[in-house]
Amino acid sequence: MTKRTSQIGADGETLVASYLQEQGAVIIATNWRIKEGEIDLVARLDGRLLFVEVKSRTSAKFGHPLEAIGPEKAHRLQRLALAWIAVHDQWGADYRIDCAAVHFRDGLQPEVEYRAGVL
Amino acid sequence: MTLARVKSIALIGLRGEIVDIEVDISDGLPGYSLLGLPDAALLESRERVRSALQNSGATWPNKRVTVSLSPAWLHKSGSGFDLPIAIALLMAQGTITSRNLEQHIFLGELALDGSIRPIRGVLPALLAAVDRGITTAVVPLANAAEAMGLAGVKSIAVSHLNQVISFIEEGVIPEVNLEEIKRVSESPLDLSEVVGQKRARLALEISAIGGHHLLLIGPPGTGKTMLAERIPTIMPPLTREEAVEVAAIHSIAGALGERNLESRTPPFVSPHHTTTATAMVGGGAHFIKPGACSMAHGGVLFIDEAPECKPGVLDSLRQPLESGSVVISRATGSTTFPADFLLVIAANPCPCGRFNGKGRACTCTSLQIRRYLQRLSGPLLDRIDIRTFVEVPKRTELASTEGGESSSDVRSRVIAARGAAAERFTRDLWSTNSQIPASQLRSRFRATKEGMAFLHTELDHERLSARGYHKVMRLAWTIADRNGVTTPGLDEVESAYHLRQGVEIS
Repeated sequence: MTKRTSQIGADGETLVASYLQEQGAVIIATNWRIKEGEIDLVARLDGRLLFVEVKSRTSAKFGHPLEAIGPEKAHRLQRLALAWIAVHDQWGADYRIDCAAVHFRDGLQPEVEYRAGVL
Repeated sequence: MTLARVKSIALIGLRGEIVDIEVDISDGLPGYSLLGLPDAALLESRERVRSALQNSGATWPNKRVTVSLSPAWLHKSGSGFDLPIAIALLMAQGTITSRNLEQHIFLGELALDGSIRPIRGVLPALLAAVDRGITTAVVPLANAAEAMGLAGVKSIAVSHLNQVISFIEEGVIPEVNLEEIKRVSESPLDLSEVVGQKRARLALEISAIGGHHLLLIGPPGTGKTMLAERIPTIMPPLTREEAVEVAAIHSIAGALGERNLESRTPPFVSPHHTTTATAMVGGGAHFIKPGACSMAHGGVLFIDEAPECKPGVLDSLRQPLESGSVVISRATGSTTFPADFLLVIAANPCPCGRFNGKGRACTCTSLQIRRYLQRLSGPLLDRIDIRTFVEVPKRTELASTEGGESSSDVRSRVIAARGAAAERFTRDLWSTNSQIPASQLRSRFRATKEGMAFLHTELDHERLSARGYHKVMRLAWTIADRNGVTTPGLDEVESAYHLRQGVEIS
């Protein structure tokens, strides 16, 4: 990953984090990483844990950002969420897996497209 | 609105069922699920619909798309649901705002650029639509010939997705050149092209009048195929109902070709002798297709070189010959196709084909000759009333510039004779002489005293079986109808006897 793409990804995650905070959520962790992979954002909203995967794109050339999340990736998100719950001893917690797409377009405000409870 | 519903038709054999296509667009990861027992071609609709929408200026929803085809238990197949799925998607997205599509059905396959491709079975689907009170059908332009002129449903022929959208939104009906579509090519064949063959010509005519199945035996090159091909030209033209039924069967098979609703010449189907029993009666795993015998419904099924057919292929025709229809059962269900045809079988007299006249050129052994025609099974031959030799035309006949009698002359005699028979059977279940039950033949339909005496003598001398006796009687009635005689006399019975017994097959 080049510097530029990683920067875009980080910018996207920041945008989504502030979007969530506007909704009244508390950000618990960002880029929580274990061997199996990474969770972009972990937040708590009304007593429920949110695990958020953020996808950022600067063009639609390669399709919609969320199309990049195939069945395998979706399955991994599920496992990572359970891993986080296990590590933090939060068994029984109500949780939800969300996805967010961030569109960066030249000369326009970045746009956040938030999809709740995708799995 | 993220939920939309449009209608289409699924076919089970010739029967059509209304299928509701529901599309729901919900939040979630982009995905597409298609419910309702789709087959492979239908599953691929996703990619076609997606590209077609994008390439005709519409958008593909990057959300979770659920497409449901109900009734859910019905196996659905083919690409004809592409168009209704696309329309439902556009409605669910709000691109199409009209909601008044309850009386509409949509049929058509989408190309990737949004143009609409022909599908199989448009005609039977429309016939089903008429029964269910559908008023408007959107069909592919290439299938317009099947749809136009069908009463009860208004057909909109379209060639591009954008035409469908502007039809729904603004009521714009694309123009169709009806003259171009309705053109019917008449059969170029005529019986006048056949030289000589007095006996075979009579056999053809009798066969067409009474619906008697026919066996033509003759050496190669004498014109067996030529004669058989011309039988449809001397048969009475199909009625409107028959023409629709025939066109519907051909539509399902995707073999409408030159035929359409206006084609009144009975069909002529000649499967090759290496054909399989499945191809003969119909079949298929998901989408059950009619076989050769259903394609020949209302017309002629011609099997050339019949003794060369694989065992079982000819015998698979016994059920349709008996009942006039075939029932095909598969895992997905069972289907009935009509199969009421005139069977014409051609065979060489022996394996080398030259056993005729004095048989000088023939290289076969006597055993080979005897065994050859025995390859045609007894039960099948039993259903064939007329057996006739097709002879090598004589030198003088070939030299003659005079043509034989034309098809239209023969046909008018056939129509008149059929009319006479139909008058006799007004209160009966059958309409042709070949269908008279044996018991009725012995009671109501006896020949004159002299005629019966001839048959009884032949029976006494064991030259005629009981089965042959009935066959000869039926033929005699047909000949009587042709000659304008009210009851078959000695002449008719004798001619019938020769048509039936002319060829000895032990």
